[in-house]
Amino acid sequence: MSAPEETAYAPADEGEAAEIVRAAHQRRAKLDIVGGGARGGLGRPREGRERLATRRLAGIVFHEPAEMTLRARAGTPLAAIEAALAPHGQMLPFEPIDHRALYGGAGEPTVGGLVATNASGPRRISAGAARDSLIGLRLVNGRGESVEAGGRVMKNVTGLDLVKLVCGAHGTLGLIAEATFKLLPRPEAEATVVIRRLEDERAIAAMTRALGSPFGVSGAAAIGSGMGREFPRVFLRLEGFADSVDYRAERLIALLADMGAKHALRGEESQRIWRAVRDVEFLAEPRERAIWRVSLPPSKGARFVAALGERALSHCYDWGGGLVWLASDPTVEAARAVRLALAPLGGHATLTRAPDALRARVDVFEPMPPALARLTRGVKASFDPDGLINAGRMYAGV
Amino acid sequence: MSQIAFPEADPSILARREAIVAGLAAILAPDCLIADLAGRRAFETDALTAYRRLPLAVALPRSSEEVARVMRFCRDAGVNIVPRGAGTSLSGGAIPQEDAIVLGLSKMSRILEINLADRYARVEAGVTNLAISEAVGPDGFFYAPDPSSQLACTIGGNIGMNSGGAHCLKYGVTTNNLLGARLVTLDGDILDLGGAALDAGGLDWLGLVCGSEGQLGIVTEATVRLLRAAEGARPVLFGFDRAEDASQCVAAIIGAGIIPVAMEYMDRLAIEICENYAHAGYPLDVEAMLIVEVEGGLEEMAEQLAKISAIAKAHGVRTIRESMSAMESAQIWKGRKSAFGATGRVADYICMDGTVPTGKLPEALRRTGEICASYGLRVANVFHAGDGNMHPLILYDVNDAEQRQKAEDAGMDVLRLCVELGGCLTGEHGVGIEKRDLMTTQFTQADLQQQMRVRAAFDPQWRLNPAKVFPLAGRTP
Repeated sequence: MSAPEETAYAPADEGEAAEIVRAAHQRRAKLDIVGGGARGGLGRPREGRERLATRRLAGIVFHEPAEMTLRARAGTPLAAIEAALAPHGQMLPFEPIDHRALYGGAGEPTVGGLVATNASGPRRISAGAARDSLIGLRLVNGRGESVEAGGRVMKNVTGLDLVKLVCGAHGTLGLIAEATFKLLPRPEAEATVVIRRLEDERAIAAMTRALGSPFGVSGAAAIGSGMGREFPRVFLRLEGFADSVDYRAERLIALLADMGAKHALRGEESQRIWRAVRDVEFLAEPRERAIWRVSLPPSKGARFVAALGERALSHCYDWGGGLVWLASDPTVEAARAVRLALAPLGGHATLTRAPDALRARVDVFEPMPPALARLTRGVKASFDPDGLINAGRMYAGV
Repeated sequence: MSQIAFPEADPSILARREAIVAGLAAILAPDCLIADLAGRRAFETDALTAYRRLPLAVALPRSSEEVARVMRFCRDAGVNIVPRGAGTSLSGGAIPQEDAIVLGLSKMSRILEINLADRYARVEAGVTNLAISEAVGPDGFFYAPDPSSQLACTIGGNIGMNSGGAHCLKYGVTTNNLLGARLVTLDGDILDLGGAALDAGGLDWLGLVCGSEGQLGIVTEATVRLLRAAEGARPVLFGFDRAEDASQCVAAIIGAGIIPVAMEYMDRLAIEICENYAHAGYPLDVEAMLIVEVEGGLEEMAEQLAKISAIAKAHGVRTIRESMSAMESAQIWKGRKSAFGATGRVADYICMDGTVPTGKLPEALRRTGEICASYGLRVANVFHAGDGNMHPLILYDVNDAEQRQKAEDAGMDVLRLCVELGGCLTGEHGVGIEKRDLMTTQFTQADLQQQMRVRAAFDPQWRLNPAKVFPLAGRTP
């Protein structure tokens, strides 16, 4: 933490949160939002001296199993959501990453943090990101006003979609007070087809073939054993009713037989793989390395890594190659190299883990062209004219 | 309620019409500018035909650069701009106003790139929705959102209204299938938002632009997700004696953990109208019908259908008809997708688009019927049951002014009902002019002002499609 925690507010409800923001607005005091502290390392280091905690804004507002929707307050632990959904055989569709593996285990993931960071996982390729399942939210903006966006229905094009704008804005547009999600039935069964020993380009080719098949692949990752210098293993996940999974696994293995697909893992064995992929466990150690999350067209994943040469200390692929997790030295030079390697390929890179000092010095998020930077400042000001809430968390001075 | 109001046309703009046309003529080729009366008439309304306004001129640029020059010219000249795709909006999203030009995308209709390995297509915004699926269909791929008007409507318009369709229950609406967009701002900046990757960097600009009804800028190009089609798909018709049984069957299917690709509901009047038109083999002796589509391998489909049929039987289904051939499937979908057109042959209608939580569907249907009956009007219901997106078609006679007013009033009452039941005014058609003045039933002033401030970051002067979405009173800044 860059600043000592001088003042911390923990409002008991949204009204109280709005009052605290209004008071801060009067004093021109900057507020930084803290949730469960599980993703505090994301974004640029905190600037504010005062903390606005969501921990008491907790609880599930409603869960309608038959409508497959759930609304919860920002401070609700994700574990509480999962516990409430489990008896109904439902889940959040987007398989949110648990950042604690990367950041060293502290904190408790909450609804607010998940929305603020648009935390998603391997199933993003078939079920979308957090922003795709988020259908409504309540927000306290930087003027201390409560704003509702979206609603509780699956389809909604009534007015501007502020829900998506706020999701992934790292709290810079205000305090997320409540969020409403659409849910999916938890699949009855899953299977993971494994292919061993393919070099990167071939691994991505195998995933491309699988994702271009009609078998509904819901996870496509390639993980180097150990530190990523060895040939990756490719994992391809199928989910659904048991008979259907069996049928599709057989067809997928046949489709990829020439690349070495032979068998599928099931049950807990399969689940363990996807938890590790989701949480990037493979790159968590050594702790001092910087971790990058790079989103790009899948066929360019391996080219991007190759362009970095020795700077890529270790890496793995998710989303069929469209998401590269990469470890580099925690240096300005390495950061520059990552952006240079990515520029000709199209895509964006986020510095997901690095010491505060480095995250203050280099761009954490992909730099923007001037016209987009102007719009970003305009939108920020439309929610938070004095730049009080989570100031500078995404971009310096915004 | 009286007729939907348009903003007062600015007389100084009307007086300068010739100079404005001359300014546009300096930017656009002669065949890209329509200034004569007959030509402009073709653009005075969209699919909300009860309302029409003659635009100053129609600009049909051929590139993003030309769009940018038109935008800068209009900004400097203080001229309003109404964007237009194919003009199929049911909410009046593309209806011009007298002091505006129409900026049409019909000359930007090329598919620029198809990349099956990375599963995307990059297209100009004037490409029709169906053209994309047709281009990649032979390779087994498709573009998922499939509005009923997909033969005519454009990707640009789909982005403006965040269009859905029958199959979005499983695959999502436009915003879930859009990877990138080229946006031309009022200042003439050409911005590339997102790209060919699954995630875009920075704020979620794509999410914001999608469904913004042409109020933030002009989308000239889009990169959309392509999905691989399942091995096969099969629709099944379920006929019910009672509407409640049909809607409870929908909830039970979802409750059993089954997400079919599509779940469409039609009531007796809708069935009759569509059957007479499309001869799809719909049962004519039932109160309500569901079209449920499953997909996968042959055995997979058979298993899913067995599960769904068992649920339907538990809910008193009377007739079950499985499609036995591709031709039969096409007939079944043709009937559903022609619902609006077929209804238009029977009577004039207005189509509402409110969405309710799926658990409230039985109540919403019953009360919609009561509302329309209280106005002495007939209503046909045909809608996406799986996601609660209702489409009551309220029938009236356009030549009967009193009846037309009643139809509009009934429609507004139905939308208020949707909001009362926890839903929203529009699921996929957009607010346009039609629902603009009801926005205050769904949103507080603080909600609306936040939206308008975001809007102002793009268009502080209210030049872009200004008659739409936000109530005319209480606008800020």
